[in-house]
Amino acid sequence: MIADVLNGILLMLWRVVSDQPAPLAALLPALPEALRPVVSAVLCVSPIIGVFATLFALTTLMERKGLGRIQNRLGPNRVGPFGILQPAADGLKMLTKEDIIPRSADKLVHFLAPVALAVPTLLAYAVLPYGRNLVPLDLDAGLLFFFAVGASTELAIFMAGWSSHNKYSLLGAMRAIAQMISYEIPLILSAVTVVMIAGSLSPAHIVARQDGFIWGWVPHWYVLTPWGFVGFLIFTTASLAESNRSPFDLPEAESELIAGHLTEYSGFKYALFFLAEYLGMFAISGLGVTLFLGGWQAPLPGLDWVPSYLWFFSKLILMVFIFIWIRGTVPRLRVDQLLNLAWKFLLPLALINLFTAAIWHFTAVWQFPGALLLRWLLSAVMIGGAYVVLGRALSPRKKVSLRTYRYAT
Amino acid sequence: MLGEGIIKGMAETARNFFGSYHDADRMTTVQFPEDRIPAKENARNFPFLVFDGEDPAKGLRCVACQICEKECPPKCIYIVKDTVKKPDYIGKLQFQPRVFDIDVSVCMSCQICVEVCPFEAIKMDTDYEFGTADRFGGLLLNKQRLAKPNTYYRKIHATEAAEVDERLAAEKAKAEAKAKADAEAKARAAATAAAAKATPTPVVSPTAPAIAPAPAK
Repeated sequence: MIADVLNGILLMLWRVVSDQPAPLAALLPALPEALRPVVSAVLCVSPIIGVFATLFALTTLMERKGLGRIQNRLGPNRVGPFGILQPAADGLKMLTKEDIIPRSADKLVHFLAPVALAVPTLLAYAVLPYGRNLVPLDLDAGLLFFFAVGASTELAIFMAGWSSHNKYSLLGAMRAIAQMISYEIPLILSAVTVVMIAGSLSPAHIVARQDGFIWGWVPHWYVLTPWGFVGFLIFTTASLAESNRSPFDLPEAESELIAGHLTEYSGFKYALFFLAEYLGMFAISGLGVTLFLGGWQAPLPGLDWVPSYLWFFSKLILMVFIFIWIRGTVPRLRVDQLLNLAWKFLLPLALINLFTAAIWHFTAVWQFPGALLLRWLLSAVMIGGAYVVLGRALSPRKKVSLRTYRYAT
Repeated sequence: MLGEGIIKGMAETARNFFGSYHDADRMTTVQFPEDRIPAKENARNFPFLVFDGEDPAKGLRCVACQICEKECPPKCIYIVKDTVKKPDYIGKLQFQPRVFDIDVSVCMSCQICVEVCPFEAIKMDTDYEFGTADRFGGLLLNKQRLAKPNTYYRKIHATEAAEVDERLAAEKAKAEAKAKADAEAKARAAATAAAAKATPTPVVSPTAPAIAPAPAK
């Protein structure tokens, strides 16, 4: 029996590493009936936590190093060779710090808020396809599940802001609510275009639809279509706002709100918030990769022998790097600019993009020569015209002229 | 066009990112404990006492006039005069401090002590490594710790020290010349007095007073 289990574990690991189907099926028959659901759940959950917590540690280091280089600095280089042990030092510091709860805080809610943030963030990972046969939970409505779970983090942030009994916390939480609800709409609308084209809400199925290559070498990813490209840009912008990253980090704007809803948190609870924020960023980047960048599909025809999960994670890290790059470039928006961008620019653009996707879908039957070019042109005119018109209409029209003084000489 | 600025900004940060690996002169960071840059000539931190020669006890320029103590805005200088005098750089006997303390935790680096000192005895230092585990005793610098040779002063503030040295040398030369002139005058006076004594004096008339020799200074 023990030999069977060991054999099953080894077979399972081999199937995971070598990208073969049904890795869990290798182990489960060797176990007693009663244990199977528990073992299956643990085996699905623990790698997610382990891999993404490690990625979190690496990202904090990569972010600090990258931002340093963007500002012509060195970044952390004191702990370990080239500073690679910096995340460990940070973690130890966080864990050994005193955990202060304000006297006037609502203690139960103050305690629950970080937990209520971390749990849904982790739940969102359940539906992402990490590799050819690596989907923890292949739901038919996986995308819906992802957005539903992702939306519940807003509640946790407001819990944190409300329970801290601090004006900065409350203001930060109010801003977070306004921002996240505003940006959820373009986020979901840009994802809906993919759902329309792929005809499925299941992330695994959406990835499967992006299989194959046009002309033998251009991957069939949705980002390489006109509506997909714009959808990807809208999705990235909205996901920056959803994960409270710069330039949309208004809820924790240091110069105005100390740390927003995190002001009264310290020690391990603060670390949990920090972790949840980064995990949320990875989850939404993972969804972006799944919807637009072909998920675990290889970018060129000859590269299928590379395990599919490596493609997924390299695309994910690329997304995270772009997020860091944006953070190092763009300054923080004002609240009115933030909401204007969401409601007056991204929302109309996402709606027009929806129509463009519909036209792309219905013109797919065109067979005459030059049809692809015509479809491209049509979509580009629709979306590009909307972009230019909206951009013109929204840019402040300030006439710059020489200042004249009527009375002073 | 909308988004143009963001693209330009992203290009700029990307240039910084790759440029920082490529050319080293982009990086302004000096990794302090290992790498150091020499202090700028006009840098200043806390005052120190200048002494001439090798021995701080003998060459200290301070004459314990206590002007700096009185002028110091945060009152971080504490001086006790010694009863024993010692010769200064000219050779004149001057007072000296028995205690000269500066509390660098109080000092605000204003340089007023340096401005008011008539003896060029207190100058601003560029040393900044005062880290200590004892925040009271360790930051109260006494006479021994404050005294630094003139060569050190010349090293950290070359231009200023050259000017001071020149002025002091001129004063010393002037004083020596004067002393020499005085000595010669004294010698001449003594000689004339001796000559007057040697030659027979004319008849001293009670009405006319004797021509007295010029009084030696």
